[in-house]
Amino acid sequence: MPLVLNEEQNMLKDAAKDFCTNSTPISQLRGLRDGASESGFDTDTWQQMVELGWAGITIPEDFGGLGFGYLGMGVVMEECGRTLTASPLLSTAVLGAGAIIHGGSDELKGDLLPQVAGGELLLALAVEETPHHNPYGATTTAEKSGDGYKVTGSKKFVLDGHVANKIVVVARTSGNAGDRDGLTLVLVDSGAGVNVTRTIMADSRNAANIEFSDAQGVLLGEEGKGADVLDKVLDAGRILLSAEMLGGVQECFERTIEYLKVREQFGVPIGSFQGLKHRAAQMFCEVELSKSVVLEALSCLDDDSEQVGELASLAKARLNDTYNLVSSEGVQMHGGIGMTDEYEIGFFMKRSRVCEHSLGNSAFHRDRYGVIQGY
Amino acid sequence: MTVLEEFRLETRGWLEQNCPASMRVSVPEDQIVGGGKRQVYENPDAKIWLDNMASKGWTAPMWPSKYGGGGLSKEEFLVLQDEMMRISARAPISGMGFSMIGPTLLDYGTQEQKMEHLPKIVSGEIRWCQGYSEPGAGSDLASLQTKCEDKGDHYSVNGQKVWTSGAQYADWIYTLVRTEPQAPKHEGISFVLIDMAQPGVTVKPILLISGNSPFCETFFDDAMVRKDSLVGQLNRGWTVGKRLLQHERSSISGLSSGGKKGRYDDMGKLSDIAVEYIGKDSGKLADPALRDAVIQNELNQRAFGLTQQRFMAESDKGETATFATSMFKYYGSETGKERLELQLKAMGTQSLGWEGPVFDVKERTLTRTWLRSKAGSIAGGSSEIQLNIIAKRVLGLPD
Repeated sequence: MPLVLNEEQNMLKDAAKDFCTNSTPISQLRGLRDGASESGFDTDTWQQMVELGWAGITIPEDFGGLGFGYLGMGVVMEECGRTLTASPLLSTAVLGAGAIIHGGSDELKGDLLPQVAGGELLLALAVEETPHHNPYGATTTAEKSGDGYKVTGSKKFVLDGHVANKIVVVARTSGNAGDRDGLTLVLVDSGAGVNVTRTIMADSRNAANIEFSDAQGVLLGEEGKGADVLDKVLDAGRILLSAEMLGGVQECFERTIEYLKVREQFGVPIGSFQGLKHRAAQMFCEVELSKSVVLEALSCLDDDSEQVGELASLAKARLNDTYNLVSSEGVQMHGGIGMTDEYEIGFFMKRSRVCEHSLGNSAFHRDRYGVIQGY
Repeated sequence: MTVLEEFRLETRGWLEQNCPASMRVSVPEDQIVGGGKRQVYENPDAKIWLDNMASKGWTAPMWPSKYGGGGLSKEEFLVLQDEMMRISARAPISGMGFSMIGPTLLDYGTQEQKMEHLPKIVSGEIRWCQGYSEPGAGSDLASLQTKCEDKGDHYSVNGQKVWTSGAQYADWIYTLVRTEPQAPKHEGISFVLIDMAQPGVTVKPILLISGNSPFCETFFDDAMVRKDSLVGQLNRGWTVGKRLLQHERSSISGLSSGGKKGRYDDMGKLSDIAVEYIGKDSGKLADPALRDAVIQNELNQRAFGLTQQRFMAESDKGETATFATSMFKYYGSETGKERLELQLKAMGTQSLGWEGPVFDVKERTLTRTWLRSKAGSIAGGSSEIQLNIIAKRVLGLPD
């Protein structure tokens, strides 16, 4: 793996940084929250992101995308993470589009992917049924019905499920909860038989609990072999979410270090105290290691390497823990002001925890890494 | 075929012919070759392997060939490393000549100093050790008191060094000495090279908690130093000494493998050892708490290796940015210590054997290695000193 960005990727990163800094600072997220925005993201901003091509970065050029790869998407996600930019990029362009790319027929791809890249279609992936990530835990059923499938069951924590036009549902056609075999992916229109309850999360981003009652949809991938597509989609999601988290980690860390230099107590900057210096230096090491695992995991996705699964778990476990650490220390080192809503450092802590519980917490990924390694 | 691919094929062929079969297994602790006039080769193949590699300059692959090195580019070096790992070839020789004083002389030495010393390091003829710490100068190294006086045609050195690793086997010692007692402490220090084969140098090994004596006390009583053995300028030795510490920290953090191997990988994979001693339950290591900790350590080790590779990829010359060595030294030694603690937990009482036939070599080696590993976060600047350096030099936190 190269472990360094090429020139084009660096240019995209610079452009993303400019955009996020100028168009989607954290004040935008605060405004969406305080204004009780219905979508939870700014639709004009999303259209601008679409015009920049971001919704189609990983969609092949034949289907209206940029075909720019996961490293490209990763640098955009990283910059979005720095400013806590609210957008359906992960739910639509990574998870939803990924399921169609890996599981859709050519006809379906030709129909839907250009709409995703063009910003006309929002997608979501409905996988969880409990408060914990459990990719093979579906009890939601899918039954053959006409040309497609009917889905019945309830799903939790469907990222951006409240705005999605179509939802990829992880359902079961055979076997029991926990079985990898018997899972079937069905793409359902958010309409008849789909009852959506928006769940506003602590990070001011949105998900939904969704009840499906004989909701009609089309098959993605093969019946009973949905896990083959699902694993790829989830791993891409885990790695791209890790890239977003890496942006949040760096921004939160840099803000905290800056604060240590300017805040004075006992007549000196608090950053001169060894009790804080050592913790800051330890965090620095964790941040540097985090950069490496995200870069390597993104490269593995682009190379379609056999190691994608283990790298996804390496990256997600590490970024969960590092974001948790850096955002907790961020609040602690800011002292009283870190507890205020007015100050932005707390936003990182809230985002970090929602990210941590999305697509697998650290215990899940350590276990999975061990299983992949054969122990 | 690219030039690099050609180099790979040539290298593979050469290693196939020139690396004796007995050199293709991991090296027992007591057979690691350090070179020098006192080196004993228990296995004659070790000498053949060393001479073969030295003839190509591949004991110091990236040093310029005019000083006996291999003259390889970073890319070629990585290929050589890959190919050696492919056949499990052990390093033919290692030591402070290669990892510390050699690179420092390349940076700061005169042409004459390079010509005099580097080829003898490459060939394994001369072994080096380091005279830095003193009884009163540990973390506060710059308070060192070993005195070096100008005697006209030579310098005379008096004082004591401690923790001089491998001094009992070494031929030469590079040393930080005080040449200007009145100056502020960082400004009166010089860096000198001392031939140890003289009556003014005495070495006493120190028995450590591991039961071994890798470290010594080294005493200087009117030790004679040639005038042309001063490296860098008089009273400016701190600059040279700090640069050398960068090399030392890289070496302790296991950076020499280019991030491809962990510091203790030669002992076997931690998870394999845990499975061997604990067994599995439903395909997973049977102790769930230990399993989680083992996985965490392997994840950290892997992330650490990737970070070393990333920094090498970012740097053109394959050298590590100055600040990064402190991070690597800190993280590498701490992760390594943790790995050995976990290995103890995995092996239970079999990990704590001291001697006797009840414990096999691997088990006894672990006991000693575990104890020795505690020096990793002390030697070459303790973990706390590394964190101070990161806070100050990288994060810019105030004094």
